[in-house]
Order: sequence, then C-alpha cells, then structure tokens
Amino acid sequence: MKPHRLAMSVNGEKVETLFAPYKTLLEVLREDLALTGTKHGCELGECGACTVLLDGAPVLSCLVLGMECEGRSVQTIEGLARGPDLHPLQAAFADFGGSQCGYCTPGVIMAAKALLETNPSPTRDQIKEATAGNLCRCTGYQQIVDAVEDAARRLKEEAR
Amino acid sequence: MKRLDIIGKPRRRVDGRAKATGQVRYADDLSMPRMLFTKLLRSPHPHAVVESIDATRAAQHPGVHLVLTGQDFPIPFGIMPVSVDEYPLARERVRYVGDPVAAAVAVDEQTAVQALDLIEVRYKILPPIASPEQGLQQPEPRIHDYCEQGNIHRNQSYEFGKVDEALAKADLVVEDLFFYEGNTHLPMEQQATLAFIDADGKLQISSSTQNPHYLHRQLARALQVPEHQIRVIATPNGGGFGGKCDPGGHEFVVAKAALVLGRPVKIGLTREEVFYVHRGRHPVLMKMKTGVTKEGKLSGMHLQTLLDGGGYGSHGPASTFYTGVLTPVTYHYPRFKFEACRVFTNKPACGPKRGHGTPQPRFGQEVQLDKIAVKLGMDPAELRLKNVTKANALTASWLKIGSNGLADCIKKVTEMSGWKQRRGKLGRGRGLGLACSTYMCGAGVAIYWNKMPHSGVQILLDRSGSVIVYCGATEIGQGSDDVLAAIVAETLGVDIGTVRVVTGDTGIAPVDLGSYSSRVTIMMGNAAVQAAERLRTQIAAVVSETLGARPDRIVFSQGRVFAVDHSGPGMTFVEAVHAAEAELGTLSAVGSYAPPKPPGKYKGAGVGPSPAYSFSACVVETEVDERTGWIHVPKIWIAHDIGRAINPTLAKGQVIGGVYMGLGEALMEEQSFRRLPEKLSGALVHRAPSMLDYKSLTSLDMPEVEVALIEDPDPYCPYGAKEVGQGPLLPVMPAVANAIFDAVGVRVDEIPITPDRVLKALQAQDKRVGPTSFPKVPYPAPTFVLPPWEGGDGSETRRDAKTAVV
Amino acid sequence: MLRLPWFEHRAPRSVAEAAKILAGEGPRAMLVAGGTDLLPNMKRRHQAPRVLVSLRQVDELKKLNGTFGAGLTLTEVVRSEKTPIALRQAAAQVATPHLRNMGTLGGNLCLDTRCTYYNQSYEWRKAIDFCLKKDGTVCWVATASKRCVAVSSTDTAPALIALDAVIKLSSAKGEREIPVAALYQNDGIDYLSRTPDEILTEVRVPAGWKSTYWKLRRRGSFDFPILGVAAAAKLDGDIVSEARIALGAVASRPFLIDKASEFLKGKRLTDEVIAEAAALVANRAKPMDNTDMDLYWRKEVADDFAAYALRELRGDDMRETRQRIARYQPAA
Repeated sequence: MKPHRLAMSVNGEKVETLFAPYKTLLEVLREDLALTGTKHGCELGECGACTVLLDGAPVLSCLVLGMECEGRSVQTIEGLARGPDLHPLQAAFADFGGSQCGYCTPGVIMAAKALLETNPSPTRDQIKEATAGNLCRCTGYQQIVDAVEDAARRLKEEAR
Repeated sequence: MKRLDIIGKPRRRVDGRAKATGQVRYADDLSMPRMLFTKLLRSPHPHAVVESIDATRAAQHPGVHLVLTGQDFPIPFGIMPVSVDEYPLARERVRYVGDPVAAAVAVDEQTAVQALDLIEVRYKILPPIASPEQGLQQPEPRIHDYCEQGNIHRNQSYEFGKVDEALAKADLVVEDLFFYEGNTHLPMEQQATLAFIDADGKLQISSSTQNPHYLHRQLARALQVPEHQIRVIATPNGGGFGGKCDPGGHEFVVAKAALVLGRPVKIGLTREEVFYVHRGRHPVLMKMKTGVTKEGKLSGMHLQTLLDGGGYGSHGPASTFYTGVLTPVTYHYPRFKFEACRVFTNKPACGPKRGHGTPQPRFGQEVQLDKIAVKLGMDPAELRLKNVTKANALTASWLKIGSNGLADCIKKVTEMSGWKQRRGKLGRGRGLGLACSTYMCGAGVAIYWNKMPHSGVQILLDRSGSVIVYCGATEIGQGSDDVLAAIVAETLGVDIGTVRVVTGDTGIAPVDLGSYSSRVTIMMGNAAVQAAERLRTQIAAVVSETLGARPDRIVFSQGRVFAVDHSGPGMTFVEAVHAAEAELGTLSAVGSYAPPKPPGKYKGAGVGPSPAYSFSACVVETEVDERTGWIHVPKIWIAHDIGRAINPTLAKGQVIGGVYMGLGEALMEEQSFRRLPEKLSGALVHRAPSMLDYKSLTSLDMPEVEVALIEDPDPYCPYGAKEVGQGPLLPVMPAVANAIFDAVGVRVDEIPITPDRVLKALQAQDKRVGPTSFPKVPYPAPTFVLPPWEGGDGSETRRDAKTAVV
Repeated sequence: MLRLPWFEHRAPRSVAEAAKILAGEGPRAMLVAGGTDLLPNMKRRHQAPRVLVSLRQVDELKKLNGTFGAGLTLTEVVRSEKTPIALRQAAAQVATPHLRNMGTLGGNLCLDTRCTYYNQSYEWRKAIDFCLKKDGTVCWVATASKRCVAVSSTDTAPALIALDAVIKLSSAKGEREIPVAALYQNDGIDYLSRTPDEILTEVRVPAGWKSTYWKLRRRGSFDFPILGVAAAAKLDGDIVSEARIALGAVASRPFLIDKASEFLKGKRLTDEVIAEAAALVANRAKPMDNTDMDLYWRKEVADDFAAYALRELRGDDMRETRQRIARYQPAA
C-alpha cells in the first residue's frame, strides 16, 4: 500500500508528511515528525499518556487515524512553551512536583491546558475530573492538582 | 556547620524543565539512522519443552534481517548469583505464558510481527503448576533442576532466641493467617532498549533500566563480550518501582542483534509484555503467631511465609528473606523466628516491587497488632508506642537501627488525624485505622559479593564556574539527579543552577549499584559529600592565605568563599576555583561510599542490614457501606521520618506517591492468574494484562493526603537524609484494613480489600474473611542465633546453648 | 507499540454515500466513527476489516435538533441542554473525558460486547485456544454454553431504553425506525439487530420523563460498567403514572424490566415500594464471570443500585452516595 500524504497544522505550523496509512496520529507525531514529547503507555486508549489537543480538545492520539487529521490542528507538548520561556503550566509542574518520572506529564499538561482555556478558575475537583483520563503512577495526583491550580493563578495574573 | 542554603528548601527539581517540556529522552524516544526493530515470539504455554524451532520462513520474509532463538544464547543470566536461571530466549523449556522463545529483527515493527507468525515452534506440553500449594504437593516435574527440593526455590529458617519459650510465657498469644495477593509496578513507560555499535566498535545500549551496572555485568556474561567493550546508558525511566531492576531478555536480544548486524536495533515492549516481564510483588501466604503480656509488651513472634515465585529466580532469594527480616525493626520483639519458603510456579517471575518482600508481613503484623489492642482493651496507638524500637538499638536479629523517629511519627499522625477524639466516635460505617512501617536506606550488601564501594561520584570543576558531577545512579522519577545536584551544590556552596549531573552511564560515570532498595540518596549522597568535601579542602588550602583564615575556618556558601567570622572580603567561588586551578591544575575529586559492616555474623545476616532505616506512621479514614461493602477513603494522614528532606517538594511527592500506590494495592491492584478448567485446557494466563483491567487508581479515586515529614537528621546519612521512596507505601494497606474494622467491625485479612470481601465478612459468623489454612511446608531446621541481649556475638549457635542472662 | 493492521480508508460525506459503500463492499467493510471501540479491537486483531468507512465527515450525523445525531460525540451529548438527564448521566460516565471527546453516541450504542476472555491480545487468546466469540469453539465463561455470553457494556443504551427512545437505521435499501431495545439481541456475537449494511443515524428521545442513570464500576473513570441501572418515570404528584427501568452490563444486551415497570405504575415511591421494585430489578440481573469484580457480589448489590436510582427519582438527595460510589457529581 502506498504511503499517505497528509497536511495538517502542528503547534500552529503547517506540516506535510508521508506516512504508512495504518498509522495513528501518535505514530505520525513520534515517528514521522520526530515529535517524541507525546508518549504512549498502552496504545489502546487505557492510560492517557498520548493525549494531544486536536482542534483544541484533548484526545488520545493512539486512537486517531493519521489519515483523519487532514487539515486539522494538533497541539503537542512541544508547542506549549513561549519561546524560551515555559508556559505557566509547565513552570508549575516543574515547581510543584507535578512531574516525577515525567512520562505522563505531556499528556496531563495538554489535558490541563484545555481545561484552563474553558475554565480559568477550576476547583480541585474539576481539575481531577479533567485529568481523570490520564493515569499517573508516581504522584498520587495531588501535586498535579497543586500544579494546575498554581498555573491557573499565574495565567489569571497574566491576563490582568 | 554552615547554615543550609539549598537543602531543606522547596525548589524546582533539576530535571523539572526537561520533563515539563517533553524534552526528556526516554528509551523509546531514541531513534537512529538505519535502525531496525525487534519483536519477540512468546510462549503460549505455561510449561512446555521446546522441541524444535523452525525459523527458515521467517528469516526469508522480505524486510527481515535476523531471527534469533535460544540456540543463539548458550549462556544464562540472572540478577542474583545464586539464581542464574534465565536465558534471553528460552532454550529447552518455557516456564510461563509469555516466556520469550524467538526474536525477529526487521525494517519495521509490522514486518517483525509478520515474521513471528512464520516461526514454527514445536512444544511438548508439561503439566503447569499454578500455585505454591500445588508446587509443594507436586515436586515433579521440576520447573528448574536446581531447586532446593521438588519445586521449592528457596527455603529458610531463622530463630533468634527460643520463641516457643517466649510464647509459652506470654499472657496472650494470637495466631493469624494472612494472604497478600501479587501485584505489579505498572510503570507508565513500557520498557524499551536501543543497541548499536558505536564509532569505536563498542557495544552501546540505552535502556529503561533501574540498574545499568548490573545490566552491564550480565550483558558481558551472557554475550561473552568484555565489560570494557560495553557501555550501558540508563535512560531516564518513565517509572520503575522495582520493575526495571532485573535485566530483561529483550535487552540481551537487541544487544546480540546489534553485534550480529552492525546496525542499531531497537525494541519497545507492549503493555502486555510489561506485565510478563514484571518481577512484581510476590503473592504471600502468612502465618503469624505473636505473644504479648497483659501490659501490652510484645514477647516474641513466630512468622511463617509462603511465596509464589513464578517461573524464575529473579531477586527471589532476597525477596524470601525480606518477608521476614525487617519485621522486628519497628517494634521490640525479645525473640523472633521466621521461616520462609519460595516455590516456583508457571507464571511470570515475581521480584522486587517498592517495599520488596516487606509489605506482605507488615500488613499481617500491623493488622494483628490492631487485633491484640482490641483484645487488651488498649488504644492501638498506645500499644505501638509501648513497643517501638529505640534509636541505635539492635533487633533480635542483629540489625542495627540508627536514628528512629517512629514514636514521633505515631504521635504526629495521631495528632493530625484527631485520632484520640475521633477514633470509634465517627458513627457506624466510618472509621480510622493506624499502621506503621520501616524501610531500609539501601541494602548493606551488594547483589554480588565484592568489597568495592556501592557508589562512586566524581566532580569536575571548571574555570567557567560550572560543576560537573558524574555518577552511575539512575533517575527513575524519584529525583536522584536532583538529590545529587543539591548535595554537591550545598557542599560547595554554589547555586544549583551551576551544577550539571551526568548519571546512569557506565561508559563515563563511576559505578553506582542502581536505583533499588532505597539506597541512592544515602549511598550516592555520601559519596557526593565526600567528593565535594575533598574539593572544598583543596580549594580552601589554596585560598586560605588570601582570605587570611585557616582552611578549616573557610566557608563556602551562596557562590562565595569567605572566612567563617566574615573577616576580610572573601571571594567568589569562581575566583577561588581559578586560584586553585592555577596552583593545583585541573580540579577534580572522587568520593565513594560503602555501607558499614553489619553486626550479625550468622550466614544470611547480609540481607536486612542497612546504614539507616526510615519510619512511617499512617492513619486512614474509611466510610464503608454495610449493605454493599463499598469502601470509600476520604482522607489519609501520614508522618514519615525522613531524617532530613533534601527537597521537601520532592520528598512530599514521594510520600504521597507511596501512599497512592499503597492505597491501590490495598483496594484493587491485583496481578492474578486464570487456570482454565483442567479437563478442557492446560491454559494458565494472566487475568488482566492491560491498563484497563489491571486497576490502578485514577485522579478521581485518590483522596487528599496530609503529609508530615519528621526530620531528625541521621548521623550516617548525607545531611541526615534517609529514604522516602519506599517506606511511605508500607503502612497504608494495614491502615486501610484497620480502618475498615473500626468502621464496621470486620477483619479482611487479605489484600486487596474489595467490596465483595467486606460484604462477605459482614455476613460471616466470625466477621472475618481471609485464608483459613496454611499448608505443611518442609521448612529446614532453623539457624539459631541468640539475640544481642541474651549474649552471643551474632553468630549461629546451638539451640541448646545456655541462654546468657542480661 | 501496538499497531493497526493494513486497511483501506473511505471517507464519505453523506449517509447515502456511506450506505452505498457499505452495500458495495459487503461484510469486509466496517464503520468507524470515534474509533475508541473499533481501533483497540483492530490492534488486538478482533476485527480486521479490509475497508474502514469513516463517518467523521458526515455532517448530517451531527444534528442536534429534536433528535440526536449518532455522530455527536459523547461530550457534545453531555453539553447539550436538550439532553435528558439519564442520557446525560450515562454519557458523562463513559470512559474518560478524552475518550468522550472522541467516542460518539452511535458508537457507544453499537459498542462491541465485552468479555475478559475476548478483550485480550491475539497472543493471549491463542494461549487459551481462543473462545466462542472469536476464532474458537468454547465459551470459557460458561463452558456448556452454546451461546456467547459476552456482556453488553454500553452506558447510553440502558438510559435510552428507559427513556423509550427510538433509533433510525439507514441503508442503501431505505430507512427504518426501531425502539432502542429492539437494536439488541441477547447473543454476545450477534448482539445487534442492525444488518451490516445499515448505519445508525439518529436517536429520538420522547420528552416528559424524569430520569436517572446509575453506573457501578471499580474506578471513577476509564472502566466499563459492571452494572448500569437506568430509571425513567412520569409522575402525577407523587404517584408514578408510568415507569421504565432498564439494566445494562448484566447480559449480552441491555433490557427493560417489564415487571418492575408494571409494578410501579400507580404507586407512591415509598421505601417499601422502592425495595420491592428494586428486588424485581435485581432478580433479572444475571451477571457472568466475564467482567470486573466478583459476580456474586454484583448480583447481590443490584437491588441497592436499583433502589438508589428510584430514590433519586423520588427526589432524595443522592449526591453524596453517588459521589462515593461513582466519583461522579452530575452538574446541577
């Protein structure tokens, strides 16, 4: 079978790539675009490690066909920082213990980013709900919630 | 000592930025030109003889570069020298469903998978052994020829003072049976390995391993390549928890393929394969007999354990010991006896998981203490406080305890949780439970016998002002890189941002044994302090004259070097480095650490000793629905005696993470197996080898945890810092069980504690569920040692030796 | 990394076009919408369709005007103000937030039946010599059974059955409407009455029902139901004039409990009436040992869950109980 040609927007930039048509968005990002910041823990939709934003909403890239991303917009952890400066979510995860081994971090941060865009002042329960699709084996989630809360604070300060 | 600048202050971890930006390169993120991909063919049978393998068609499949089988690996490996019983690919025998038998190396994973379908393996099926009870009953066929007897892998017995005598004199003797189901680490990262021949013609292997040093040795052994020709890089682990301690068959396979093909070869395990490679928590059946006076003083304990080892040795000999040896570290038992037996079964091998071998007996011990407190009409916290071990004490088994904050932990956690005011008064269906634990700060003896240091650190100072620190330690998420940078920065008095750590690389860093047994902070840390102090001494000697102060009166702090009484202007650290480099040449120093010799002299005394022990106490609150048995845990409090927190943010994260994993084990995590009806099938399969079916707590299932760090610096530890990675997991499971008792008056004497078990207990006459029998285990005659307070010198003695009076 | 097998991908723009492709390709084609059910199955080689017919670009499946388009994501269903409560609660508790952003209402209704012997990799299934549902001859859950007992695991179906909803199926041959309950057959393999050339296009939910859905599962997210209780009622003051109670996850299909519905008619929801109705409901729960948790326990607590649902219909404040059990707090 012939490789498939795909044009989509990744982190705000147009990209074109050729890939084996059976590949999911996860494989295209990691293997064909060398964006290995997006992780994988099961490839079956059971862990959340591969969460990216597709047209702004958190989805599991392991269950999105690469072919179905034509013309769509994908955001990954690589596109989050603001030039040399960290996004407030990234800074907060680094500062408050939101990452331990760091493997679930990109997925959790992307889910949290989508949350803060629609709900700038989430409660702790709302943060847990929004990240309930991301398993973490290190943190017990508490410092993840701390980090998202702090990022919300930082983002609100910026907005003022 | 100078005021601490860095240690003890909450701070962004040194790898925080890399992790939050997705820049950390885990093993599967690595890619090289001309890289090939490997897939393993695994046994569909739990127990069989491999009669023949025909890989001709697979080898000829387009895109396939190499097919390997057991014939390519004549030499076995094994993490412990006494259990070298695994081949990278099975040669004559497969011992569990998932045992690898062949490997295909191809241009991509799809092609490798297709090639596996073309490999024909003829098996002769052997009857599987599904449980240790069955293994005891059926000595033949043996899963391994080297078994001590039948299918018993290890069988041990130790007695420290005459326990039957002590129990006979006790006012109350209680005997309980407990069962702890197996569970697994479930790191988020699936193991991956990349091997290639570097530009110098040497084998380089990057792998998600916790122990690059042991992997290095085993690769050299099994592949017959000199150690100096191999460089192992432990990539940052996406979670370890003990699951990446053993070398894995896949690591040898890609290394061999790279050697044969001269091309980079990679493998990434699937989640299902991670469940097979696991080496997780042993299922353990326990019988525990404890005597106590009516005042609540413990008089002795006799503990028997039976471990389900799975198909290979792994760390099993150590695991078996650990189901006994740390039991008397929390409370003073004048006499103690333990018998432990590990049986091979046709399931994936068990090994070290966070707490290695100790959570199981700790569960039994702490639940039994709760029962004793009820029988004596005592507050369980009071009973524990009456019996806690003291600082600098010896246990009956000759373990030397250093600093000991257990009593403080109990006091603190009962205060935080409102134990005295709230326990028993929350109303029907709600309860509080308390439990305690301890853990080692590193194993006192290396896995293979040698007299060399357990950790080495080299520091290189540069005229740029940067400090480069080399150490073989492995960052698995626990923050070892952060600890290393912090200790060096503190000791040299420099900003932590000037320190760069180079770790986990056997090709450029001094040996550190690895990230296991909670050893890194203490051992690497002590080595780092030594190296940094040596540098400080060198520099101080050079700048002493300029600063007008004796070298030992010079302080290094906040990027400056100055006299302790602040006489004179001082200089910057960089100026001091320049001066020293000018006089001494390039500045570098090494430090190393070996643990003190353990006091016990009997054979087997090498397992259990540690430079220090951490202590924890935990209170769990539960709400239990009496109609359904449904368990809700609204809150957990924990106090952990850490000695000193290097970075409190990370330390608390370790504590909460440990509580999280403990709560998962308590309520739902279960690595169990399914034996299909014997008349119809020989299958023995993992019940739930997936992230969906292996239940781990989600953010919505996790209660808030209130943490107190008890800081009483331990004199043998760097800046007083003890372990925190494993200890805080251990008290959670029994605290949950005890809280359920407080809530609804039932005892669930097995883990996990599920709603159906609670409901069964509520409906049972004796308000208990748990094991009801313990099989006859042919334990050997015990090694008899007198406890320190009965005389002797920690050597084995005859059981009829005269007891010295103290 | 687990990967998909090779397939051909088609992306029709209309239901008619999709129906035409299905008619032309026959059984070697399968529909895919959100992909959250089919793609994991394909990765584990349960299904290996030669042709995937994607419904993602069929806009008419995303309608939300009086009817619910089958292509609406579960998140869209949850967010719509028009969504009846039981459906919203069911959709809101499917899997995880991310999967709800992907999975569709139609996909959840057509969810493949599940079983611990089936939802495993090809290699695992080979180790048990496969099973009746796929590639084998024995049902390992009930070895004497000639029928596959894989369990219906959809959350939205019991809710829609209780709500007396109707679905529309379209094919190249035409359209038909059937009650949601009629979509299902109590057979783990042949679990849908939908023919392979039909497309589930929309769901119509009649108004006027007070409703609720209770889901039992081990964890607060990810997990499929091990019991789903949906209850809908029309109340005349505090007298039940009509009631419909449906169960999910205790058979190969979701189904209506006629007896309980009849029993409740004309009654006041007293504690005694609730207990009796709940017992009637629980009596019909026949869980098998093919999903999470102990099956005797699942059978034993079914009446408690049915009672929770009925108490909530009565107007009891069940939020704390729901939070404890389902880790779910329905939006006010």
